[in-house]
Amino acid sequence: MAKRTVIPFGPQHPVLPEPVHLDLVLEDETVVEAIPSIGYIHRGLEKLVEKREWPEMVSVIERICGICSFGHGMGYCLSIEGNMGIQIPERAEYLRLIWHELGRVHSHLLWLGLLADSFGFESLYMHTWKLRETVLDLFERTTGGRVIFSVCKVGGLRRDVDADTLALMERKLTELVPEIEELAKVFIEDSSVGSRLKGVGVLTAEEAAALGAVGPVARGSGLRMDVRLEEKDRLYVDLGFEPCVETAGDSHARCVVRIRELFQSIELIKAAIQRIPDGEVSVPVKGNPEREYIARVEQPRGEAYYYSKGAGEKFLKRIRVRTPTNANIPAMVKTLAGAQLADVPILILTIDPCISCTER
Amino acid sequence: MKFLSMGKVVLRSLFGKPSTYGYPFTPREYPDTLRGAIGIDIDACIFCGLCARKCPTDAIEVNRQEKSWTIKRMQCVYCSYCVDTCMKNCLWTEHTHVVPDTVKQVDTYKQEPPEAEEEAAEEQLETPASTEASLGQTDSESAGQAETPEPQEGEPADA
Ligand code: SF4
Ligand code: SF4
Repeated sequence: MAKRTVIPFGPQHPVLPEPVHLDLVLEDETVVEAIPSIGYIHRGLEKLVEKREWPEMVSVIERICGICSFGHGMGYCLSIEGNMGIQIPERAEYLRLIWHELGRVHSHLLWLGLLADSFGFESLYMHTWKLRETVLDLFERTTGGRVIFSVCKVGGLRRDVDADTLALMERKLTELVPEIEELAKVFIEDSSVGSRLKGVGVLTAEEAAALGAVGPVARGSGLRMDVRLEEKDRLYVDLGFEPCVETAGDSHARCVVRIRELFQSIELIKAAIQRIPDGEVSVPVKGNPEREYIARVEQPRGEAYYYSKGAGEKFLKRIRVRTPTNANIPAMVKTLAGAQLADVPILILTIDPCISCTER
Repeated sequence: MKFLSMGKVVLRSLFGKPSTYGYPFTPREYPDTLRGAIGIDIDACIFCGLCARKCPTDAIEVNRQEKSWTIKRMQCVYCSYCVDTCMKNCLWTEHTHVVPDTVKQVDTYKQEPPEAEEEAAEEQLETPASTEASLGQTDSESAGQAETPEPQEGEPADA
């Protein structure tokens, strides 16, 4: 048996976008075991529910993540709305869908750039992030913020978007499609990219299901699971949503799932803009949450859930957020076992880790 | 499998215009919808303190006695809850951000007493003896009515 070496990897490491620590047990260049540890960026956001009244808590929950911040704000609002039995206006539902899908486009572009960076393809990285700027500009124009949007509130939305701006959004996204296609070809077809991704970190459908993988990781392994489908969200059903599934289960498949979702999200946004009805974007909210409720949202990284427990007071008893990275860490550890040391950064990245969300 | 599939894109970028702004020489243009720095019309403020209560980061301080409204610029997260809360509509979001700085900016806005009172106060200043007397009166008066929202130095001139 070859001699075993333990290499501490992270929490601060040039290839890591997030502070996670791994003890990599190596035999020569092969990883035999990876022992993850987290706890470097806990911020105690859930505890703040004791200090902030529930309507203002949205601004705290949004800050769980700087990338899926809209989804987090929306998930929290859905949880409280379910708790209090509030039905928001249809226009607000459509706008939430538009922003949520725009958030997915933003997140996946960001991830593609980081992936290119992880295998050292710097020009691909920069070009992908250039496209992401267009999406951020659209966010800025419609919500007033580039990273934290502060538009969701319990009972609907804090601001409306006029028809001209929606038309502009549609036009900009249509212009973006050929540019994304150009780069998508590099990710999918280029031989040097393929040699770093194909057959690396294979996760079978059975393993993904047994380890509780969610989001693009599960869909890349052939599992047809997506909260947008499972919750039977009326809007997504109307728009004919069908999750993107790939069967290879390797890093390349996870990359292809995200690229296909980019185009799918843009199509969903454009279809939603065509159908969006006129009307109010919020309803008045009276009273306080009294029950327990769990809302689920398909974040760009996978399923997230938002638990709220009220006691009829301004302060909630408990908030609990389970983020997708939390569910994907076992799958990541599984793919690391047996991998080459040089592939470790890519394998960590293919679950699109967000440790700040995981620890909150 | 393709080789050098990025070539066309890279060449186009190489000979094209830069994608970045020439900041700080080219100023950034913000959309009208931007939620930027908080502005205040201090004369319309009634110092109710609601904005300070709603602020999630405790960036605002309202002093009713001194009629002052203070904002810690670097603590503000641009959520605009204060703007939504203010009943007097005296807060708004500017369409620009606070400029970067090496110190944490704190801006205090003070409401000047209305003009009529100002004049009265000036008259008082010209006759020092009576000013002292009336100021003394103010102290005792305001001590007696600590809950009164607007004890002012200028007021006793009328008394
Ligand atoms: S809520 Fe408006 S009126 Fe009240 S203190 Fe704040 S700025 Fe002044
Ligand atoms: S914008 Fe938000 S953080 Fe800034 S002062 Fe107003 S309430 Fe406070």
